[in-house]
Amino acid sequence: MTGSIFYWIAFVVTALAAVFAAVMVITRRNPIHSAMFLVLNFLCIAVLYLLLNAQFIAIIQVMIYAGAIMMLVIFVIMLLSVEEEERRRKIPVPLAQMLGMVLVFILFAQLIFGVVVKVLPGEQGEFSPERIAELGDVKTIAGLLFTKFLFPFEVASIILLVGIIGAVILSKKER
Amino acid sequence: MPASVTPLYFFVVSALIFAIGAAGVLIRRNAIVVFMCIEMMLSAVNLTFIAAAHYLNSLDGVLMVFFVMTVAAAEAAVGLGIFVLLFRGRKTIRVDEINLLKW
Repeated sequence: MTGSIFYWIAFVVTALAAVFAAVMVITRRNPIHSAMFLVLNFLCIAVLYLLLNAQFIAIIQVMIYAGAIMMLVIFVIMLLSVEEEERRRKIPVPLAQMLGMVLVFILFAQLIFGVVVKVLPGEQGEFSPERIAELGDVKTIAGLLFTKFLFPFEVASIILLVGIIGAVILSKKER
Repeated sequence: MPASVTPLYFFVVSALIFAIGAAGVLIRRNAIVVFMCIEMMLSAVNLTFIAAAHYLNSLDGVLMVFFVMTVAAAEAAVGLGIFVLLFRGRKTIRVDEINLLKW
């Protein structure tokens, strides 16, 4: 299946769209445009998840990232009227930016080196795509979540609670 | 029949998006855009997890992505709260003008 023409076309188109959207996110001057291209990037990554046979995570990606988090970000951008902020004045720091680009290039070279040199290490697990299709994707993940990953699951709930309390306390008006 | 899509291709796409996100964090000065770039980097790492999990016939990577998304959601709530607070106090969210803690 991973060798079919359709799979290749789907992969190449989505990957190019994702990279294009990522470049647009960091080059647009208006933060709203950046946010919209970031939504496109998240949707493309969701399609890549579907190609990797992870339907549950693809849905979660669209709901949490492209839906909830980006809605929050756009809400804050509109609240702060950052557009004028961006236009107000420009302090060019070409040296720092060039240095940053060099660092990023080194980072990228290291990532590619690490990926290409080593063949995927690790041992094969028991959940082949056929087995997951037979058991059901969400059901298998839920089973693992409440057995092997029960403690991390509880910790995640505490993290979310702390996030809620922190957001409320931060945005509370001081008296 | 072309060769099949190997995890290497997914890793390369993921590395590319991660590097672009890192570039955004380094060169942009709007705090909200920096925040969005961090989300993009998290998402790129998630893609690596899913690709590795798929090709290793394992679900551990999928569960890890689940927890990364939890942390990203909590981070979004707290981070955006901090930006609103910063803007209220200092009338700016440019990261090079917020230098109170800098010596």
